[in-house]
Amino acid sequence: MEFLEIYEGPLDVDLIFSRWRKWGEDKNYGAFITFVGTVREEDSIEGLSFDLYEPILTDWFAGWSQRASKEGAVVRMAHSFGDVPLHRSSYMAAVFSPKRAVALRIIEEFVEDFKANAPIWKYDIKKGKRVYASDRSHKIEGAGILDIERGSR
Amino acid sequence: MVKVEFLGPIGKKPIEIEAKTLKEVAEILNKDEETKKWLAECAVAVNDKLVSSLDVELRDGDRVSLLPPVCGG
Repeated sequence: MEFLEIYEGPLDVDLIFSRWRKWGEDKNYGAFITFVGTVREEDSIEGLSFDLYEPILTDWFAGWSQRASKEGAVVRMAHSFGDVPLHRSSYMAAVFSPKRAVALRIIEEFVEDFKANAPIWKYDIKKGKRVYASDRSHKIEGAGILDIERGSR
Repeated sequence: MVKVEFLGPIGKKPIEIEAKTLKEVAEILNKDEETKKWLAECAVAVNDKLVSSLDVELRDGDRVSLLPPVCGG
């Protein structure tokens, strides 16, 4: 999908930003709102690492594209897989719309839903090893149906 | 045969099992101690479409994917 970009390793934020900005200018959008996620230094991590599952990520993103287009807006996104060192970026999202109000609202809803449901798994890199960030992860909507013994059906 | 894939941090290789419904897949996975601990946490997709019930019939060659808790960004 053209507006969903996946890269191995850290994103080249400046390059992606300028390409998106140019695209938005050519399409006559008045508002271009971006979110950039950068790997912070904390808990002695050396970086973050990601797995993603592209088929379902693509579907999830297509749903958002449709939702945005009903309001005359466009969403774009770039995400990394593999290792991303400290102070580099793994995630960029953008919303384009004719005026700011729609774009400002959609960027927040989009990024929140991304965190909750996009099929991407995060690992801390500590002493060169990947450690699943289970305490920061969220169950996808509808999780648990296979757990028949706990009667979760 | 139905292929079961374990995505992200589950770290288990895909398996092939005989099952005619998703409920049968659930029954088989609940017997495996290693897999069982993930079941309450995982969302499920059949042929890359998320499903919300075990009432799904499966055909030969279908793929069932387990998606553990996510954290992008």
